[in-house]
Amino acid sequence: MAWAGKLLRVDLTAGTCVSEPLNMEWAAEYLGQRGLATRYLMNEIDPKVDPLSPENKLIMATGPLTGTNASTAGRYSVITKGELTGAIACSNSGGFFGNEMKNAGWDIIIFEGKSDKLVYLMLQDDKAELVDAADYVGASCWDTEEGIKAKHGDQFIRVASIGATGEKGVKYACIVNDMDRAAGRSGVGTVMGSKNLKAVAIRGTLGVTVKDREKFTQAVIDGKKVLADNPVTGSGLPTYGTQVLMNVINEVGALPTNNHQDVQFDGAHDISGEAMHEPRKSDGKPNLVSSAACFACTIACQRVSTIDRTHYTVKERPEYHKASGGLEYEAAWSLGAATGVNDLDALTFANFLCNEHGIDPITFGATLAAAMELYETGVINDETTGGVKLSFGSAEALTTMLEQTCKSEGFGVELGLGSKRLCEKYGKPELSMGVKGQEFPAYDGRGIQGIGLAYATSNRGACHLRGYTIASEVLGIPVKTDPLETEGKAGLVKAFQDATAAFDSAGICIFSSFAWTLDDVAPQLDAACEGEWSTEKLLEVGERIWNLERQFNLAAGFTGADDTLPARLLKDAAKTGPATGKVNELDKMLPEYYSLRGWSPEGVPTGETLTKFNLS
Amino acid sequence: MQKTLHINVDDCTGCYQCVLACSDEHDKSFNPMKSRIQVFKFEDEGRFVPYTCTQCDEAWCQKACPTDAISVDANGAKVVSDALCVGCKVCTIACPFGTVNYNASSGKVIKCDLCGGDPACAKACPTDAITFVNADTAQFDKMRNWAGKTDAGTQQSA
Repeated sequence: MAWAGKLLRVDLTAGTCVSEPLNMEWAAEYLGQRGLATRYLMNEIDPKVDPLSPENKLIMATGPLTGTNASTAGRYSVITKGELTGAIACSNSGGFFGNEMKNAGWDIIIFEGKSDKLVYLMLQDDKAELVDAADYVGASCWDTEEGIKAKHGDQFIRVASIGATGEKGVKYACIVNDMDRAAGRSGVGTVMGSKNLKAVAIRGTLGVTVKDREKFTQAVIDGKKVLADNPVTGSGLPTYGTQVLMNVINEVGALPTNNHQDVQFDGAHDISGEAMHEPRKSDGKPNLVSSAACFACTIACQRVSTIDRTHYTVKERPEYHKASGGLEYEAAWSLGAATGVNDLDALTFANFLCNEHGIDPITFGATLAAAMELYETGVINDETTGGVKLSFGSAEALTTMLEQTCKSEGFGVELGLGSKRLCEKYGKPELSMGVKGQEFPAYDGRGIQGIGLAYATSNRGACHLRGYTIASEVLGIPVKTDPLETEGKAGLVKAFQDATAAFDSAGICIFSSFAWTLDDVAPQLDAACEGEWSTEKLLEVGERIWNLERQFNLAAGFTGADDTLPARLLKDAAKTGPATGKVNELDKMLPEYYSLRGWSPEGVPTGETLTKFNLS
Repeated sequence: MQKTLHINVDDCTGCYQCVLACSDEHDKSFNPMKSRIQVFKFEDEGRFVPYTCTQCDEAWCQKACPTDAISVDANGAKVVSDALCVGCKVCTIACPFGTVNYNASSGKVIKCDLCGGDPACAKACPTDAITFVNADTAQFDKMRNWAGKTDAGTQQSA
């Protein structure tokens, strides 16, 4: 019923696959996916473990709604100790992989140890087998997915794989499924590579059922109506995808530009969702081919795009003339505004490469932006970069450096370290724009105060998907708050963080929360799952998960001192736009946040808080 | 009035809501493998195409069935009787479109039966890419579209 009730334990050292019953007591406390898998990880590894050692574990997990027809319910997450950050990592992906895992009868797969040779897991319902992946050594995610489908003669197999980047230890390798969906952040693909696990291929035919079919049907219909009637999920996202935000965030004065030196980008329109609709000169066709949906999703925010065939990147490379996953807002920002590049085709090409080779475009773009500042300030030079001029605004620098990073060649090897390690190497740690080793996404904490606090306190390092206060501070969801104000933001951040943890653990997409509150999610869960699931219970589950993740990070060696932002955001005021003269006033928000969380002034959960959530 | 499933491919996002609704309606579980409607993805072109039985008037499947297990219901749907079907699969070979398929778990064939006149797939489609409409006028919207284009062309040349 909703949960399949089964866990697959794959010991890569021993080469064994063993089925275990799912711990339903934990499921009642942590729901599924993000929460439940973190509970398993916390119990099974020492948080101090080297992320790339065999002692780290990598967990793929679905939520109870995954595989049902609840809108957006095709999600799965990868939970591990992240190589980029050394913190708890939880990267969520859509497409059609999570539902296939559930349809094969599994809630969770735990990978442990390390294989002595490259392998992939072939999972067909209850038949699990580790298969030699010698044919795919160094292969891209695209070639691996197509190769495995062809080898088994079944186009319905779903594959999640790493590229050569994950095998070679690029610090922010992704796990890509369905060609262009990714568990993208924190280096979860790097951990997978360290285990000599190339891919997971799944074919499920068992079906997913729910507790009360009649009640569930009505709850799902109600939920779909809320999404359809909402201007963001019913119109904005289907039309422009997340790229609907590019011009909006630029207007607000929170579009980080040239490694956060500026907060507005002159070229924003050129790389926006609107620009993706405009016919190009060469063939009169727009960049955007169609909108696409992940499994069961009635929003359909995914972009499918093509690159101008006359563009320098693909003129001689017809293999890139086909349509593929187009730019989402975060990638368009990181590959574009962060580096000052306003060439939509170059960004689309770069996005294709990130999907093909399995690297996180946010961290890559932000790392290149840091390298560009190192270059423009003379810290590194043509000798360091192999002659490539790393100037802000250079599309050639972007695409050349990305290709080198995908192949682990030249200066690309250093870019593969991520911005923190790169900037430390050159003695300029202050130029890395991130928190806990993970780079910021596409919103500046000076122009939007609450998101700064959300970044500083995010358990997986800087991230917009742990508490998307942009919804309130910019879009007015559920209520509009002033982005330049700090008052009330501690409570806002906490509320978003707790609710998000519940959404992520249910098996649905966080984008549904543009329209849904937990009041919309609870009836769907309550009809699908054993037990009683109310909004209050989901908030409790969310807060419990947040505290568990915090406990993991504290045990891994992080402290309250890591809940901070780079000096640039705290000391260098925004130069243009509505936030002119503003820095992020983290010190006004953080103490209140700790207090609301039931944490000590040092950011440690009190005994009382731990007891409340059964975490002592 | 006979009604038919009308599929407007341009509006399909590939979300599988139709597929899930179909398997839920017929098998009380969410299982794409048991759905009578399938959505095919042409990734390289960014196209998604739902496909199911069009309920031929002179149905090859019905003619081929040696046990007369396929009959026509009040809605014009060709419906398989599980009591009569022996799982010989001859109808799956006879159908030129591949929309009749064998279901190993039941030992019978499955095909679209229009859900007794209220197709679950059409109700579940979030973009109206699948609608259940009057068969006689199903293509009139397409005609209207082309009428407008043709007329605009004529006006320009005149």
